[in-house]
Amino acid sequence: MTLAAKSLLLIAVLGLAACNNPDRYGVGAGGPGGVGGPGGAGGIDTTGLGDPNNPTSIAFFNQRVGDRVLFAVDQSTLSPEARSVLTAQAGWLNQNPGYAAIIEGHADEQGTREYNLALGARRAAAVQNFLISQGVAANRLRTISYGKERPIKVCSDEACWSQNRRSVTVLSAGAGV
Amino acid sequence: MIRPMNKAFGALLALALGVGMLVATPVLAQSGPPRIVIGQGVIEPMPIAIPTFIDEGGAGEYAREISRVVIANLEGTGFFRNIGEEAHISRITSFDGGVAFEDWKAINAQVLVTGAVSVSGDRITVKFRAYDVFNGTTLEGAALQFAGTTQGWRRMAHKVADVIYSTITGEGAYFDSRVVFVSESGPKNARLKRLAVMDYDGANVAFLTDSNSIVLAPRFSPTGDRILYTSYETGFPRITLMDVATLRRQTLDEQPGTMTFAPRFSPDGGTVVFSLERGGNTDIYSLSLSSGQLTQLTNAPSIETAPSYSPDGSQIVFESDRTGSPQIYVMPASGGEGSRISAGEGRYGTPVWSPRGDYIAFTKQNAGRFHIGVMRTDGSEERLLTASFLDEGPTWAPNGRVLMFTRETAGADGQTSLWSVDITGRNLKQIPTNGPASDPAWSPLLP
Repeated sequence: MTLAAKSLLLIAVLGLAACNNPDRYGVGAGGPGGVGGPGGAGGIDTTGLGDPNNPTSIAFFNQRVGDRVLFAVDQSTLSPEARSVLTAQAGWLNQNPGYAAIIEGHADEQGTREYNLALGARRAAAVQNFLISQGVAANRLRTISYGKERPIKVCSDEACWSQNRRSVTVLSAGAGV
Repeated sequence: MIRPMNKAFGALLALALGVGMLVATPVLAQSGPPRIVIGQGVIEPMPIAIPTFIDEGGAGEYAREISRVVIANLEGTGFFRNIGEEAHISRITSFDGGVAFEDWKAINAQVLVTGAVSVSGDRITVKFRAYDVFNGTTLEGAALQFAGTTQGWRRMAHKVADVIYSTITGEGAYFDSRVVFVSESGPKNARLKRLAVMDYDGANVAFLTDSNSIVLAPRFSPTGDRILYTSYETGFPRITLMDVATLRRQTLDEQPGTMTFAPRFSPDGGTVVFSLERGGNTDIYSLSLSSGQLTQLTNAPSIETAPSYSPDGSQIVFESDRTGSPQIYVMPASGGEGSRISAGEGRYGTPVWSPRGDYIAFTKQNAGRFHIGVMRTDGSEERLLTASFLDEGPTWAPNGRVLMFTRETAGADGQTSLWSVDITGRNLKQIPTNGPASDPAWSPLLP
């Protein structure tokens, strides 16, 4: 077994600056891509989405390039469709170096909570690795997993589950994350 | 099952010898103490009479409320049936007065519990005595007095019921315990979550965090003074340690770019075992809380998560999908590949080692249904206790005989709730919580 002995710091999290918080679902979570998630009332952060007809806007990326890719049950392999979307994402990111991205990994509700956290992380990493392989600088990308905590579709059948097994590339203005 | 009294000689003798007491040799056939043996299929609950505890001064509502909680605890196990006061022939008017046992026999009460409560200022004293009605004797060890503050009145009721339950079943106590859980609100796609604690029966809820960030899967320390959980407070999932008394919390942080989750304490409370994700791969690590030493326990390209120590601290049971689907493995606490113990069809997760060491409880997913189950620590004798659209995350009562878990209903309006079930599969019931709730974790028995 690897024994990665390392002295750890116990860092008090009280009073964390919200501006470093990438959790767009949290109340008061600001930072990259904070477009007012469904988390509830509280600190509202404003990010200009721009006009989807403007090819350098976040709106263009989200709607025309496509900000998400979907996965098969329990899988993190990228389908041909996913690779196509991610190739376009990488192209956009390479042409718009003023943006960084958080890659969210999500799972459907068919699984236990902690396993799904790990599965979401695997999906986010698959996307991150693909974008890096397409020339996007690693320091512009971070990953986060939400497991099954943040479905976008709420029915309990495959029609929704297939949409929830996803990664979402969330842009923010700024050269690095 | 409830044994007929004439079959309980051995139990009586064992009990008597165990505490070094001289007990009269039973003369009549029906003279053993009332006894319930759990795990052998119950025919019907034992009839028991618990008249409202006597107010010995200033007790007011406390006497009634304590009696009510004692009855609810015992009836809630499914092993006892309280005979309502309307059926009582005798009234208990003095705690130390004589008992007309014939009157209690006549209503078929096998056990009579009398009690008295007095309150002076913020101090409360509760005493009780449990009688073997047929023998007209006090049940061994079941005559005690508890004193404390009025604020802790429910705990006293739990302690009274714990003694009665333990005396009659021979099992460990568990009513005087707390459960930490995640209180939920809001729609399914924007759920708000906050940590809360409650008595094991759902009463006395107190919130430990606000709902500003996602919190998941809390665990009590072995002494109940600290809680480990996963929080998104930093923006990323991080294992977090909270002191229950002060609510002070700290992130147990490692390297940036990683995610940490699924933390649990070692049985001595000095080590945290958890999952650390790096580059998409999740392995199990341990962290010494005193030295800060981090040790990698698994090293595989698959997902390793949901670790749980054996009660002696020598082994860790965990979940891995190294064969393609999540299964349960056991490894030495120092790490290693581990041996697979789950053998049935389907996917297995969230293994938790019983505090008694005899079983491992788990979540199983098979053919579109979720189950809570138990198996021996070598994977044998698998038994599924529940089935629903989504059951997950069992936690053990301190006596290792009851499990609590999360049940979630299907669909757009799906909600979470907490349920408990005996390890025999009996007595499945919902825990009353004020709104949706998930991820329960039972505390040890309180001191």
